[in-house]
Amino acid sequence: MTQKQTPSQTIGPFFAYGLTPEQYGYPLTSIAAPEVAQDDREGERIRIEGRVFDGEGAAVGDAMIEIWQADAAGRYAHPADSRGSNADFTGFGRVGTGTDPEQRFFFETVKPGAPGAGQAPHINVIVFMRGLLNHVYTRLYFPDEAEANAADPVLTSVPEDRRGTLIARRDDSGASPVYRFDIHMQGADETVFFDL
Amino acid sequence: MSDKRGFKARDWGSHPAYLSPDYKSTALRSPSKPLVPLTQSLSEITGPVYGHNSVGPLDADLTKNAVTSGEPLGERIVVTGRVLDEDGRAVPDTLIEVWQANAAGRYVHAADQHDAPLDPNFFGGGRCATNAEGWYSFKTIKPGAYPWGNHLNAWRPNHIHFSLFGPSFATRLITQMYFPGDPLLDLDPIFLATPEAARSRLVAGFSLEATEPGVALGYRFDIVLRGRNETPVEN
Repeated sequence: MTQKQTPSQTIGPFFAYGLTPEQYGYPLTSIAAPEVAQDDREGERIRIEGRVFDGEGAAVGDAMIEIWQADAAGRYAHPADSRGSNADFTGFGRVGTGTDPEQRFFFETVKPGAPGAGQAPHINVIVFMRGLLNHVYTRLYFPDEAEANAADPVLTSVPEDRRGTLIARRDDSGASPVYRFDIHMQGADETVFFDL
Repeated sequence: MSDKRGFKARDWGSHPAYLSPDYKSTALRSPSKPLVPLTQSLSEITGPVYGHNSVGPLDADLTKNAVTSGEPLGERIVVTGRVLDEDGRAVPDTLIEVWQANAAGRYVHAADQHDAPLDPNFFGGGRCATNAEGWYSFKTIKPGAYPWGNHLNAWRPNHIHFSLFGPSFATRLITQMYFPGDPLLDLDPIFLATPEAARSRLVAGFSLEATEPGVALGYRFDIVLRGRNETPVEN
């Protein structure tokens, strides 16, 4: 029996106490956090930081970002990946942009491995916010994977002049690398969003 | 279970346009360039696995999960339905997160400045999961309407926010459930941004069957996520 998809609606401005309660200090347990990997997880520990900008360049303070990634060996914690993932590594993170004074989001995780032959390591990203009626999908790629990036089938399917919007910037000034990944909803630097 | 089939595309005839000028916040927040097509791989057909294990004892009863001094005020309701895919197959053991205003139309969220009372016995956030046949159910208080700044005398219709994962990152969905007969639906730029033929899918039906005698009115709200393609993805 054929059914029609339920329409998407905006997440609205008041999601935090339901979806990211612990981050915002509400009395409900969170199912997910910005800390994707605990300290003892195998792999290179990294931090991801970024902001979401609207069409006038203003940082968005009521967005929610979700990431979904493979473990350091490129395996997803999901039944469709028969290799199985590291025990306890879910690969899923969620954060709101409303608790940082500069509207930054961040994730503490490990750098993923390539999930398949010919693919570059990447992190899958969803963005939700008030004023966005359908969530957008994008991907974060790593600037220190130039060779793999040059062969990645998704990255190379993107017009060359827009690929840079998907590649994070690496900052090595701290103890472990920080990858900076800003998301621009509109404008000359508009991030590539995927129809998948 | 190792289903490696991909998922059908988002049906853009069912979803709102990103740029919907009557909903003013879309002007600066909607992508202006066309989405870039992506061939699904393991990255899209996998996703976080959340089900019954993520639901605490009171999470599915919003009339009880924040009680401090007594019962929350307002009309108790039960919301129930099935989560299906486009082929009518049940989506089993998948998490549903919900959040909503209280009976007075006020959210617990610190950023909600609407001059209506908070209810010390109502929080407005909860979660439940589907069973093996795709059925879910939660109990709550019917949310009130509230004003918002989109235009002069703008009021959001009564609604409950729903967030679902389904079996993959591709099936992720956040939506809103509305109530039948609400006169504000015809005036709401968010609801009206949805293609006309698809709007009724966002409106719950009153259900005497789901009504608990002497306790709570029942509403039925089915949710349809993207279905499977025939062919497995390459990886």
